[in-house]
Amino acid sequence: MSTTGTTAVGLGATPSGTTASSTGPVRRRRGPRRVGPALLYTVLVVLALVYVLPFLIDVATSFKTDEEAAADPLALVPRTVTTAAYERLFLNSDFPRWFANSTVVTLLVTAGRVFFDSLAGYALARLRFRGRTVVFAALVAVMAVPNVVLLIPKFLVINTLGMYDSWSGMVIPLLADAAGVFIMKNFFESIPVSVEEQGRIDGAGTFRIFWSIVLPMARPALITIIILSFQGSWNELSHFIVSTQDPGLTTLTKGVASLASGQLSQGSQYPLKLAAAAVMTVPVAVVFFVFQRRILNASTGAVKE
Amino acid sequence: MSTTTAPTRRRGRRSDEGLAGWLFVAPVLVILGLFLLVPVLMALWVSFSDWSGRGSPFAAGVGFVGVDNYRELFAGGGLVERDFGTSLRNNAWYVLLVVPVQTAVSLLLAVLVDRQVLRGRGFFRTAFYFPSVTSSVAITVLWLFLFSATGAVNAVLAFLGAEGPNWFADPRGVLHLALSGLGVPEGPAVLTGPELLGVSPWDWLAGPSVAMSAFVLMAVFTTSGTFMLLFIAALQNLGGETAEAAMVDGATGWQRFWFVTLPQLRPTLFTVLTLGLIGTWQVFDQIYTGTQGGPGKTTLTPAYLSYTSAFGGQDWGRGAAIAFVLFVIIVVLTLLQRVLLRERDVPRRSRRWAAPGPVGTTGATGGPAGGETR
Repeated sequence: MSTTGTTAVGLGATPSGTTASSTGPVRRRRGPRRVGPALLYTVLVVLALVYVLPFLIDVATSFKTDEEAAADPLALVPRTVTTAAYERLFLNSDFPRWFANSTVVTLLVTAGRVFFDSLAGYALARLRFRGRTVVFAALVAVMAVPNVVLLIPKFLVINTLGMYDSWSGMVIPLLADAAGVFIMKNFFESIPVSVEEQGRIDGAGTFRIFWSIVLPMARPALITIIILSFQGSWNELSHFIVSTQDPGLTTLTKGVASLASGQLSQGSQYPLKLAAAAVMTVPVAVVFFVFQRRILNASTGAVKE
Repeated sequence: MSTTTAPTRRRGRRSDEGLAGWLFVAPVLVILGLFLLVPVLMALWVSFSDWSGRGSPFAAGVGFVGVDNYRELFAGGGLVERDFGTSLRNNAWYVLLVVPVQTAVSLLLAVLVDRQVLRGRGFFRTAFYFPSVTSSVAITVLWLFLFSATGAVNAVLAFLGAEGPNWFADPRGVLHLALSGLGVPEGPAVLTGPELLGVSPWDWLAGPSVAMSAFVLMAVFTTSGTFMLLFIAALQNLGGETAEAAMVDGATGWQRFWFVTLPQLRPTLFTVLTLGLIGTWQVFDQIYTGTQGGPGKTTLTPAYLSYTSAFGGQDWGRGAAIAFVLFVIIVVLTLLQRVLLRERDVPRRSRRWAAPGPVGTTGATGGPAGGETR
């Protein structure tokens, strides 16, 4: 699952990524067989360094002084450790507010998507209603519209509805996503219908069956949606660019982007910017490490581009 | 229950279901309709109008200007056309480099990591995937530092005895650089001739600028982990029999990979290429955060140009027109790619990818490309 959310690929496979456990029965070996293990590990370690080092440099540099950051960009241990960048960030800038705004938006969007996506997914998987196939086709079509094309259009609608520069404009448009509906639909289809029968015999209504019988069984898929929505809304930038300009509503992505382009600072101030980048990465990193196994073994993926 | 009551009861349930069904999908339909479908239609109108950003685009004062906004882009002859041409050139080079490289790198990572006996497999997967979960803004900030004149990349290059450029301030095209290294500092007369979209052939062939190259590397860095997961999933679904048969026949590891494994990966390859193509034409976050189109407009992309025309220049019609052209480019290239890749004899199972996959739109996200709709 992914990341960035955007896309969940491989819908077919879904019911949550949990499934594909990587330890299958004995596997055939593939890949160049002759290549000695030493060479393989060397290649892997070098590649891993390339992928990990930038993040280590980020954290290390955030504890350096401006001068040292410029003079010695590679050192992973600062000569003089200083927390000046963090102090400035948390005590003397709008950073805490950005962080709070991002948190609020992310929580609302994640909650909304979990609820609305599973409702719609359940209806498409289980309920027979006129127009179901049309709704489904419409969702597929909607997923094919590239995001970037929607920048101006979304502003037009948000503006027309009088939601510009408001929490509702920031949150409501993100509350549902077609990919999430697909994931939930696929999962619900994998749950045997028989589990609902008992509830039906007991006279439970459709919503009640959905809420207290089926939804609790969908945990793996719900976790997938939570991961996707969390990362998606936390990392979202363009939607907030077109829906707000009030500094009080600035999110982390927008705020840090303005830091990066130097609007708020003089000089390069790399430690400050890198500290901001590091802090904004912490929440997604936490989610990532908590759900790591599920994410990395997933048979579905999402793409960031 | 008697037989007589059963039908009624069932009918009752059905109509309940019908109502419930619509109620259940209603929130998603309303949200997606209101913030996805309606906006696209509104923008389509705006792209044919001279709306200035004030009031409603449907107000009486807003005029219909036909294809003027589009004509200005393709045949305006002025700065607008040149900027548009430049942005297409920049993004085309970006796509041309990023798509093959990210596909190859992610396939390589998947093959390396997908082995039963591998110590630290979890660590390696985590390392390769982690850049994919972090925000494009954070990575761009990091990249600006790593590739600054005194940054880590140049420090490494210096250590290796090479002198790195001032990456994000260097507008020179890499092909031009290579050619002038070979003693061809200027284009032959043939190539300085008639311009296409305000850009001479020689400039179309400039290659990505040094600054854009840094973004190319960043795209590979942030997307290869995600695509690696797709390839790993596909590798795990392959039956081992064919590979074993090939082994028995004495095929070498490389032959097995090239002639046995790779053809079986075709459906996934197709997915990765398609998603890559769609994603790489939507470069926005990095440019907004990092270079704002500079240096020398060499990192200007259609997406960013569309944004600045509308929100910066208040030229909403033009901004919307650029967005639709971009939309068409993405759709056409995706279809073209599908035709090219499917013509040859494709294993039957690849057909299932024919259904439009979810494409980046919906996402949230951000990655460097984020999505917005989600």
